[in-house]
Amino acid sequence: MKSVRPPIVHMPAKAPTGIAGFDEITGGGLPQGRTTLLIGGPGSGKTIFALQFLVHGAQECKEPGIFVAFEESAERILANAASFGWKLAELRRKKLFFLDARPMPDLLQAGDFDLSGMLAVLEAQTKEMGARRIVFDALNILLALLPDEAAKRREIYRLHDWLLARRLTGLITLQAGGDETGAISPQPFGFMQFMVDCAVILNHSVVQGVSQRNLRVQKYRGSSFDEDESPFLIGKNGLEVAVARTPGRMNTKVSNERISSGVERLDTMLGGGYYRGASVLITGSPGTAKTTLSGAFAEAACRRGERTLFVSFDSEYAEVIRNLDSVGIRLDRYIKNGCLRMIPARTITGSAELYLGRIKTLATEHRARCLVIDPVSTWSKSRNDLTARSVAERLIDWSKAVGITLVCTRLLDEMLSHTEGSSPLNISSPHLSSLHLSTLADTWIHLSYLVQAGERNRGLSIIKSRGTAHSNQVRELILSDTGVTLADTYTAGGEVLMGTLRWEKERAERVATEVAEGAGKLKRIRLDAEEAELEVRLKSLQVELVAKQLEKALLVRTTQSHEGKLTRERAQMKELRGADAAKPGRKKSP
Amino acid sequence: MRQAELFKFRLYVAGDALNSAQAITNLNALCRSHLPDRHTIEIVDVFRDPKRALADGIFMTPTLVKLAPSPERRIVGTLSQTQTVLQTLGLEGLAP
Repeated sequence: MKSVRPPIVHMPAKAPTGIAGFDEITGGGLPQGRTTLLIGGPGSGKTIFALQFLVHGAQECKEPGIFVAFEESAERILANAASFGWKLAELRRKKLFFLDARPMPDLLQAGDFDLSGMLAVLEAQTKEMGARRIVFDALNILLALLPDEAAKRREIYRLHDWLLARRLTGLITLQAGGDETGAISPQPFGFMQFMVDCAVILNHSVVQGVSQRNLRVQKYRGSSFDEDESPFLIGKNGLEVAVARTPGRMNTKVSNERISSGVERLDTMLGGGYYRGASVLITGSPGTAKTTLSGAFAEAACRRGERTLFVSFDSEYAEVIRNLDSVGIRLDRYIKNGCLRMIPARTITGSAELYLGRIKTLATEHRARCLVIDPVSTWSKSRNDLTARSVAERLIDWSKAVGITLVCTRLLDEMLSHTEGSSPLNISSPHLSSLHLSTLADTWIHLSYLVQAGERNRGLSIIKSRGTAHSNQVRELILSDTGVTLADTYTAGGEVLMGTLRWEKERAERVATEVAEGAGKLKRIRLDAEEAELEVRLKSLQVELVAKQLEKALLVRTTQSHEGKLTRERAQMKELRGADAAKPGRKKSP
Repeated sequence: MRQAELFKFRLYVAGDALNSAQAITNLNALCRSHLPDRHTIEIVDVFRDPKRALADGIFMTPTLVKLAPSPERRIVGTLSQTQTVLQTLGLEGLAP
C-alpha cells in the first residue's frame, strides 16, 4: 500500500483548520494533499471539526471544499452550524459544496457494487469548483452497506487513492463506539488508521457528571505534534482546543508598573503593590476574608478607572456586594457606571474548559484590565482534577498574554484540620499544590486563622511574590466597617500575637510608656526647681558682691582722704612751729 | 392488465467496470425472460455524465432505477440475486 503514497517531502505542507489550538498542536494544520482520519463517538464534535476545516479553507485559504454527508442532510448540518457565524449560506454558492450522499433507507442490494459513482460525481464537482479540501462525514455509514470486509477495504483504498491522486486534503470522519476510550474496533477501520497520514481522536466523556471533551492526535506522518490529550470545547466560533503552553504566548510583555492591592499596608508589605499583569493567588480557609481582599482589589482597580471583571463562583453577586459593603468596600457604584462587571459563575455550567472559554470571552467583551475569580477552586471541585489544573495554567498564561492582572482565590478547606492544630501557620499541606496554581502564580498571599488564647484571628502572610522585596511578617488582617487594614504584630516567645493578646501587649506598652513619661516629667520639674534655686542664690550673691565692692571702694577712698589730711596737717604744723627743716644752724644754737 | 404495462429502467454504470458490465448482462437477461417487448433500458455512464448522477443522487455503481411503473425502486449491485431483484421490481410470479 505504501507504494501509492507520494514520496514524503521533508516538511509536509499543512492545511490550516482555523481551529484555535489545533493548528498549534499540529504545527499548522492537517497534512496538505493527504488524508486525515477523524474518529469519535456520538456527539464528540466530528462534524463541526470537519465543517470548520472546510469553512476556514474556503474563507481564509482560497481552498474551496466539498462536504460529503453520509449521516445527516446538508440542511440539517447547516442548521446545526448556523450558530457559529460562519456565513455558510454565502460560502455555499461558490466555495462550499454539500453532497448529500445518505444511502436511501429502502435501498436494495443485489450483488457486488462500488463507489465509482460517487467518485465520478466528486471528480466532476472538484474540477468545476477547484476544490482543494474534501470531507467525508461518517464514512462508516456508507461502508456498512458493503457486504464483506474485502469489499470495505477495496472501497476505502479506492477512495484513498482517488484523494491522493488528486492531491486533495481529505478528512474522513468515522463514528467510533460509544465507549470513552476513543478506540475503534480493529475491523474494518483499524487498518485505516495505518493507511492515512494523520489520525485524530475526539472523545467525549463524563467525569463525575461533568461533560469533558478531549482531542488527541494519534499519528501525523512526517511532522511533530503534541501527543497529549488536549481538552477542547465547542464555543461561539466552533471548536477551541486548549493548548497548555505555546511558545508564542510566552513572549509576553512584562510590566514594572505596580498597582494597588486595595489595602494600603499590604501594598507596603509587597513593596508597592502587585505588578501589572501579574497573577495573584489568595489562599485560605473558609471565612479568612479571601473575598474581601479580592473585593478590595476590585474596588481599587475601579477607582483607578480600570475595567474589571469579577467572577464569583460561590455567592450571588448581590450578596458579594452587600457583604463587601459591610467592610467599607463599595462596589455598587462601579457596577452602575459600568466599570465593574460581576458574573455569578453558577450560571455557567459544564467542564472546566467551558468555564475558561466563557471567562475569556466575558473578559474580552468587557475589555477588562483586572480579573478577579473567587474562588478558582470551584473548578476543581467535582471536576477532573487533571483538567482543572491545566485550565488554571492556561488561565494564567492567557491573562499574562493579554496583560490582565489576575487575582484568584482558592479555598483550602482541606487544611482546616491543620490550622486548628498547634502550628497554625504551617502551610506545608500537600493539598495546596493540587491546583498547581501556587507555583505558577506570581504572588501568593495566604490567609489563615490563628487560634490563640481562645481566639481566632485572621493572619495574612505573603508566601511569595516574584520580583519584589516583600515582608516576611505575618500580619493580622482587621476588617472593620471602614475598610480593611493590617495591624502590626508582636512576637512573644516565637509566637505572633494577635487579637486580644496583641491588644494587651499594646496596652502594656502604652502603660509602660506613660509611666516612663511621668517619671521624666517629675525629674524635670525637680531639676527646674533646683536650677531656679541656684539662680536665686546666684543673684543674691551677685548683689552681695556689688555691695562688698562698693564698700571696698569706699574704704579705699576714705583711707586716701585721711592720709591726705594727715600730710596737710603735718605741713601746717611745721609752718606754725616756724621750723625750717632746711635751716640746720638753728639746731646748733641751743 | 399488468402484462400490458411498460417497464422503464435506467441503469447507472461506471465505465467498463466489471460489476457494471455484469449488471448490464443480468438486466438484459431478466428483461428478455420476464418482460419481452415491454421494457426500455437507458444506460447512464457516471464517468461521462457525472452531473446527471449527482442530480439523481447516484453514488454507488451499478445502480438500477425502475422508473415505471410506480413506485420507483432502486437496486444497487450486479443484479445477480435474481429472486430478490424480481421481488423488488414486482415481477415475482410472472412466468419466465
